[in-house]
Amino acid sequence: MSVAAETQTIAAQREERPPAIRLHGLRKSFGTARAVAGVDMDIADGEFFAMLGPSGSGKTTILRMIAGFEQPSGGTITLDGKDVTGLAPFQRDVHTVFQDYALFPHMTVLENIAYGLRVRRVPKDERLGRAREALDTVRLGDYADRKPNQLSGGQRQRIALARALVNRPKVLLLDEPLGALDLKLRTAMQLELKQLQREVGITFVFVTHDQEEALTMSDRIAVINEGNIEQIGGPAEIYEAPRTAFVAGFVGTSNLLEPAAAEQIVGERATFSVRPEKIRLHTELATPAAPDEFTAPGVLREVVFTGPSTRYVVELDAGGTLSVLRQNDGATNAEPRRANQKVRLSWACEHNFRIASSTTNESTTGGK
Amino acid sequence: MTRSRTSRNLLLLALIAGLVVIYFPLLVVVLNSFNADTTFGWPPVRFTLDWWGHAAGNSGAIDALVTSVEVGLIATVISLLLGTMAAFALQRYTFFGRDTVSLLLILPIALPGIVTGIALNNAFRTMLGVQLGFFTVVVAHSTFCIVTAFNNILARLRRSGTNLQQASMDLGANGFTTFRLITFPVLRSALLAGGLLAFALSFDEIIVTQFTIGAGMKTLPVWIMDNLARPNQAPVVNVVATVLILVSTIPVYLAQRLSGDTATGHR
Repeated sequence: MSVAAETQTIAAQREERPPAIRLHGLRKSFGTARAVAGVDMDIADGEFFAMLGPSGSGKTTILRMIAGFEQPSGGTITLDGKDVTGLAPFQRDVHTVFQDYALFPHMTVLENIAYGLRVRRVPKDERLGRAREALDTVRLGDYADRKPNQLSGGQRQRIALARALVNRPKVLLLDEPLGALDLKLRTAMQLELKQLQREVGITFVFVTHDQEEALTMSDRIAVINEGNIEQIGGPAEIYEAPRTAFVAGFVGTSNLLEPAAAEQIVGERATFSVRPEKIRLHTELATPAAPDEFTAPGVLREVVFTGPSTRYVVELDAGGTLSVLRQNDGATNAEPRRANQKVRLSWACEHNFRIASSTTNESTTGGK
Repeated sequence: MTRSRTSRNLLLLALIAGLVVIYFPLLVVVLNSFNADTTFGWPPVRFTLDWWGHAAGNSGAIDALVTSVEVGLIATVISLLLGTMAAFALQRYTFFGRDTVSLLLILPIALPGIVTGIALNNAFRTMLGVQLGFFTVVVAHSTFCIVTAFNNILARLRRSGTNLQQASMDLGANGFTTFRLITFPVLRSALLAGGLLAFALSFDEIIVTQFTIGAGMKTLPVWIMDNLARPNQAPVVNVVATVLILVSTIPVYLAQRLSGDTATGHR
């Protein structure tokens, strides 16, 4: 498969340099609660890396341990080949963009950006020059003398970015960087962040619970659930070939074929995932399946028009339901529209993925 | 909400009436400090600066002023130190009885002065065996001045959170630099506001002072109280009262300006 091949090349390139970040057996407990349960992960130099998971999954705790705000209960953190596990935040070549930006309210925008250089005793002329450059990079050159409270949310976000980037850290950590922005601004900032990361060539590690954000921006994604990594891979790999039911459900729409139904349709008793847009919907029931296809009859239960596409929910005769997503491209006019109509689904074998049982029971669909 | 013209006028009238009740008597005191008539007939017909000259030459009044300022300043410094430490402890750490400690710190401002006064008097003299004097007044004033310092600092700490400190450390500053460049400057106006209010509280306090001050010593309010009954001192009392009004209201005004600035400054 092309996605896997691509991932392998990236992996091969990664071998040459030490990873920007290596986490080994990283654990963190708060009292009796286990937030991070032994995480191993390499993040390559120059990578745009996402940690994706629901709130409380431990992703922010991992980020805070990399920054040095939390001490791990066990395991090691290596930055660029150097063990930093026991070092204070100011001894690590890592900067953080906080969710609430944490701009210093008593300083101007320029002073905020120059702060990292100031505490490193960079001469005044040089640090102001570099701060101005950074301000231009985020296209807020005219705002140098404003105070943070005179800026909008999106502007503050960019100042926070400039402040963290001006020191040229090895790694930039971003905690839900777009969480406080409205939808439109968020979409614009996604592209801007990605562009900025390419320009500066610094490793970005960001934490998000928004799967779309992770898919849009990242080179690779680690899906995290209950303190464990469920899957690491490129956006296409994570989306197209989810390895666990949790990943299948959290990234994109969960569309699972339960073992009982799979036995009849696929011929194997296991859980399978197939993305809704990969499934075709037919009203002629008799057509036999092509050799490289699976096919399943069912009854149309719901038709949901969402503008560019329409979602069909089909109850399979073999048991369970599958969602089908179809673009409203005008090419297919004979669309079934009536609920309770008998239909037939078909999808290519290569889009049918076996799901491993998840690391946690609760996240497996139909676990209860 | 929109209101009819009549009801708006009535409300305005009520506001003016209320403010007049509060401030007119104070205005009379201030005017009388310039009133040339020794019997203070109303309305004043001639004005003079003589009483201010008399007051300036009255060693009793001047001594009292100096004592008041000294007590106020020292009590303010003590309150700021202790109040800041308490605010940090209560904001940054969770410990058993935290809410109770918080309440106990704020309570002195609500306790009746007469009770606090008698209790402290008793504690100083009979239990601790300390002679009443300058030091005892300072300690007594600190017990309630600490409240304004504590409240102001705590509010600021709550609003600014701990992320600013983390951001500073993250950008390469150690703990000391972070305090110098971030923590202290962010707290500065809160410290100033808390300090000004503490000073104003101390400066016009009389009840607790009466019970804790040494024999022969006088703060300004105590001096006024003692001289009120002497008819020939009346003009000077008016002057001293005016000074007292000014010195205790200006800090409150400044403190409010400061908190207002920073309240909008942090949104």
